[in-house]
Order: sequence, then structure tokens, then C-alpha cells
Amino acid sequence: MMEDLALNIMDVVQNSLAAGASRIEVEIEEDPVKDLLVIEVRDNGEGMSSEEVEQCQDPFYTTKREIKVGLGIPLFKEAAEHCDGSFVIESEKGVGTRLRAVFRLSHIDRPPLGDLEGTILSLMVTNPHVDFLFRYKGSGVFELDTREVKEMVEDLHLTHPEVLKFLREYMTEGMKEVRRAI
Amino acid sequence: MAKIRTLEDLRKIREKAKKIVDLREMEGKEFRVIIPMGTSGIAAGARDILKAFLDVIEEKDLHNVVVTQTGFMGTDPIQPVALVEDKEGNKVMYCNLTPEKVREIVEKHIMKGEVVREYVVAVPLEE
Repeated sequence: MMEDLALNIMDVVQNSLAAGASRIEVEIEEDPVKDLLVIEVRDNGEGMSSEEVEQCQDPFYTTKREIKVGLGIPLFKEAAEHCDGSFVIESEKGVGTRLRAVFRLSHIDRPPLGDLEGTILSLMVTNPHVDFLFRYKGSGVFELDTREVKEMVEDLHLTHPEVLKFLREYMTEGMKEVRRAI
Repeated sequence: MAKIRTLEDLRKIREKAKKIVDLREMEGKEFRVIIPMGTSGIAAGARDILKAFLDVIEEKDLHNVVVTQTGFMGTDPIQPVALVEDKEGNKVMYCNLTPEKVREIVEKHIMKGEVVREYVVAVPLEE
């Protein structure tokens, strides 16, 4: 099991990277009125056939066949469904994949989001050739698009210490305003 | 009133860095750190290792290193791992990492060029 949902997100993003995505969007929404926590990951990777979509969600298929994704998807699905939620993957060959995991926000077994800020930033700066969009909807909206970041820093690497410091502070401050869910 | 940070501030960082690069002599001590992030690696703590590298780089203000991640590299039993590669292409694979070991590797290998032998799996392109 993954200890927190940020780890599940990190794992799912690995699948997008393995699928050759050049743009990955991670969107999280807290909805206290409907008591939901919605996590959506979208990519423009190579996509999957409907058969592959089925198989990647089945823990008994994935390890035996030559499929690129491992146990990560079944673990994520199991966690969502266990928390009165749902789990859907939609994919189209040559277009991309959209994954949506829904949890009941107040469910006693819902894993914490964990260090979401640090996890997302680590993914952003260590995959410089991929554009990431991160959007968090809580008591307001926080958004960070690495396309804008790269435009500003030009040829400076994203793991340059001052860029790291700036992004960490920018993310922490922005998220402090909007994130309520643990 | 607190200053509101905008992405535009990154331009200043870029400008400042450009001047420093112009002044500084490149000492030939450039490193690349690659961290495999398969499901098993993530479950074994690869996220904390990735973050530890970034934190120490920020803390020590290191300009000579780039960190990237990659997918599954077949290193399951010795996860989490990190591959450190220097400018000449010498590769060193460190295994069973912890954030403390990462700090030591940065301080010795990346800052002084000394391989931390006790954490090394193999030294393929050396000797």
C-alpha cells in the first residue's frame, strides 16, 4: 500500500511518463459540500486500447503480461473504492489517458494527501522535458504550469538551487491559501 | 505588507545566475543524478530520496548538479537507488538509500568528487 495519496499520484504520473507524455495535468479538488476528494491525472501519452485499460486495473493480469504498468493502478483503485469512491480510466490510442479517482473526503480510511507540494514539485523539476500543470481547488484555486516557469528561467535548469527555493516557497505559500484537506 | 511572489521573479533569478556563470570558472565538476521511480521504488521510499537530493542542493546552493528521474531500472531488491554520473561519463550506483546517506553523497561525491564507497553497488565505467 501507498502511505499517502501523493505517492499514488507520483506513481500514476510514472505511467504517463512511460507512455511518452509531453504534457501531464494533475488536478485535485476538495468538495466539502458533496464530501468528495477528486484526483484527476491527464496526459497526452500514447494511450491504451479498451482491453489494456481493463487489464491495467486488474492486479492478476498486470504482473504476468508485458504491460508497462504494474501494481500501482490496482492499489489506487482499491483505495478509492474502499473509501466510498470511484475510479475511472478513459484512454484513447494516440490521444492520451485520463484517470479520475474519487474518495469520500471524510471517510475514516481515506489516506492523507501527504506531502503533495513536495511530491508535485519533485516531479516537475526532475522531468524538464515534460510540461506539468498542477491545479488545486480548495478554498480557492492554486495553479502552477511549468510551461510558464520554463519561459521565465529560459536555459537555467529547474534543479538550480535558487529556482528550487523559489518554486518551493511559491508552491507552499500558494497552497497554504487554498488547501484544507489533510 | 508581505511581498506577493509571482513567476516573473524567476526572471531575476535567471539574470543573476547568468552573471554568476559568466564569472565562475567551470571546474569540470559537473554531475547528473538519476533516480529510478517505478512503483516498487516509490513504495520503498524513492520520493524521499529525490526530495532529499533537491533539499540538499538548495541548502548548499550547488550549481554543478542536475537531478532527473527515470522509470523502472530493474533495481528492486536494492531500492531506493540513485545513479551519479560525472562529466566524463563515470557512473556510480548508490543503493539502499536514506535521506542521511543522500546528504553524505552530496557532501562527498558532488561537492568534493569523492565516491562514497560503502553505499556503492557497482562502479561500471571505472577501473
